[in-house]
Amino acid sequence: MTSAAEPSTAAVTVLFFARLREELPQPRLHWPWSEAGTVNELRRDIAAQGNDWAALTEDLLVAVNQEMAGPEQTVKPGDEVAFFPPVTGG
Amino acid sequence: MTPVDHVQVQETDFSVAAEYERLTAANTEDGAVVTFVGRMRDYNQGDRVQSLFLEHYPGMTERALQALVTEARARWRLGRVAIIHRVGRLVPADQIVWVGVTSPHRGEAFAAAEYLMDALKTRAPFWKKEQTEQAERWVEARETDEQRARRWEP
Repeated sequence: MTSAAEPSTAAVTVLFFARLREELPQPRLHWPWSEAGTVNELRRDIAAQGNDWAALTEDLLVAVNQEMAGPEQTVKPGDEVAFFPPVTGG
Repeated sequence: MTPVDHVQVQETDFSVAAEYERLTAANTEDGAVVTFVGRMRDYNQGDRVQSLFLEHYPGMTERALQALVTEARARWRLGRVAIIHRVGRLVPADQIVWVGVTSPHRGEAFAAAEYLMDALKTRAPFWKKEQTEQAERWVEARETDEQRARRWEP
């Protein structure tokens, strides 16, 4: 049976911070994401738009649902994923 | 005494006297109070810094700080623990961060306070942008901060 997919959840919210936010064309994205994949797959998908999006490099830090995450962590539809440079608070 | 955590991200300044009171009021069990204040310097990497803008990740910041407090409580016997971190526009001599820890004995309070600052520096989502006389620039993370944080790894 075809599942009644909700368009609102077949995506992830992607946030960018600090220097990265300034380098990219927009500070947040609603990115189509219908099945589970990894952080690294999501990052490569977005970077593949080219131009300024190439700033989305492998060395950035990542949080999934506001917890630090590694490149192989799973991202599910509805998740909030953030990419950012090393932190400099304190 | 029930453990009390105070974790706060705010634009406004904080009062050291009021925060000391928060750690010690009606607290007769803890013989040690260790506090730390991080302040803004007017000089960084060879340049005069006129002001600083502190960006953060609302929501994650509070969770990350709370997680550090929980980790510190798992390692040391602590009474009250406080972390306050400011965001937004700051100028030299402004207070940026407050860490306060109480414990029955000083050794645990000293260790926990240092741990919290070292962990905050590398794991809490804050970013500093400096305004110098010449330009605006994002502050780069320092390897020495990473090294300090790694000292606490098991």
